[in-house]
Amino acid sequence: MPDILENTLSTIKENCKINDGFIKYEQIQITVNPEELISTLEFLKDNDICQFRQLTDIAGVDFPERLNRFDIVYHFLSFKNNIRIRVKTEISENSAIQSITQLFPAANWFEREAFDMYGIQFTDHPDLRRILTDYGFEGYPLRKDFPLTGNVEVRYDEIEKKVIYEPVKLQQDYRNFDIQSPWEGTKYTEKKDTE
Amino acid sequence: MSSNNKTVTVNFGPVHPAAHGVLRLLLDLDGEVVERADPHIGLLHRGTEKLIEQKTYLQAIPYFDRLDYVSPMNQEHAFALAIEKLLEVDVPERGQYIRVLFAEIGRLLSHLLNVTTTAMDVGAMTPITWGFDEREKLLDFYEEVSGSRFHAAYFRAGGVHQDLPDGLLDKIYNFCQTFPKVIDDIENMLTENRIFKQRNVDIGKISKEDAADYGFSGFVLRACGIPWDLRKSQPYDTYDKLDFKIPVGVNGDCYDRYLCQMNEMRESNKIMLQCIEKMPGGEVINRDSKIAAPKRAEMKTSMEAIIHHFKFFTEGFHVPSGEIYTAVEAPKGEFGVYLISDGSSRPYRCKIRAPGFAHLQAFDLLSKGHLLADVPAILGSIAIVFGEVDR
Repeated sequence: MPDILENTLSTIKENCKINDGFIKYEQIQITVNPEELISTLEFLKDNDICQFRQLTDIAGVDFPERLNRFDIVYHFLSFKNNIRIRVKTEISENSAIQSITQLFPAANWFEREAFDMYGIQFTDHPDLRRILTDYGFEGYPLRKDFPLTGNVEVRYDEIEKKVIYEPVKLQQDYRNFDIQSPWEGTKYTEKKDTE
Repeated sequence: MSSNNKTVTVNFGPVHPAAHGVLRLLLDLDGEVVERADPHIGLLHRGTEKLIEQKTYLQAIPYFDRLDYVSPMNQEHAFALAIEKLLEVDVPERGQYIRVLFAEIGRLLSHLLNVTTTAMDVGAMTPITWGFDEREKLLDFYEEVSGSRFHAAYFRAGGVHQDLPDGLLDKIYNFCQTFPKVIDDIENMLTENRIFKQRNVDIGKISKEDAADYGFSGFVLRACGIPWDLRKSQPYDTYDKLDFKIPVGVNGDCYDRYLCQMNEMRESNKIMLQCIEKMPGGEVINRDSKIAAPKRAEMKTSMEAIIHHFKFFTEGFHVPSGEIYTAVEAPKGEFGVYLISDGSSRPYRCKIRAPGFAHLQAFDLLSKGHLLADVPAILGSIAIVFGEVDR
């Protein structure tokens, strides 16, 4: 098993322009530039040694403090070699990334989900609509700056005889407890010290 | 009426008994033939992934019960394995066997519900009463170990929450003795039934290549003839010590998916019996006090235990930073958890890969050219549960 992993990783390193590649927890992880994504994935899919036939998942990840805010993480599985690979690429909030639906039809909904949850734009996607959120939803819920409670709530209005949307009204503010140990110095005790 | 090539759009759902949940399906029909199917999902979207980011690892476990609510513990299993890999902790053997035993009970729960309700969708009323009778017994086992019939929250990072109550293994053993008879009854009713075959054979057919391309997994993939099961190919817990077979189909149609599920139930029954036979004694959870709550008795005498207890339930345990993708063979296919930890006691990101999401995605492909009446049969055969599709 480790031999196949090493072998596959070195093949990828020889043939593709990747920024970083290592093996951890018996899974290969490589990082590529968005421009190299399609060519790398083509190689991963068709190369005899790799044969990453199946796309299992696409995940967006948000790092608001970074210049290139989003990570897009692709997971592939090779039935032949029984190994998994994780391909990561970074993009900024205002740029778009090439869709991989031509290569892997399964990417269709996974990309729609990443678009819906993070607002990541995919070019050449056949049908880039929202998928999980409500019709007419605004905002991108899985971004770290989106409030957990959301922005709107719905109720059935007896007078208008329909479901209406209103800004969220909470009986009690959402409480995000600082659960780290106060002996190790939490944010609020630090604040008190400085005051 | 005069126009020959006029398609009609039909709105199937969002609340339709044959949709097995809340699915809005837009069907373009030419007469009775489906030309295009556009599933609108997300009606059960609860933002599980967002919620998990706000919770400690322990508090996140119950959310996994609510994904595929037909077989709750299988989802917990994936999450527990992911945390264990990041923490690099071992699970005591008894804990592993208990988890495998209950994962297989989950498989029975899922297949029993799915096979029998799908049979009802195509006209067979009786199997559902038998299937649900058996499910009720299995849910009693869930209740005995966890206190609740569905939302068990029983698996933990490092093992399971508590040991099995006395006599439970005997009850499960007795169940396993009578269960194959029920499978035989259901099979007698359905497998060679003329109507059932007419409704399922050659319906919703998909080739090996398409199934792999569309991210299929589990019995839906196996029904196409690809022998791929994570319990065999990437064994976790004690699956590598157990003897079982993987049923594989040939045609990749609804009927083969049905047969795969039926045979998987027989294999699950065997696995359960082996678990009972091989179940060792000892601890059920890794007693490392950083990842498991101390025992009550210890807390009566040990100050250290009280401190650990308090820290465990308030701050939670810290998981070393890193990222991991773990997948288990859930009843419906590959259920994966992609976990990113930043070293704190809350996950930074937890992406859930639900098998049903990938299966439903190919629904257009599966249903194209079939009749409207085949839509519920296809939908049932790919075992859609909206808890996991919408998350």
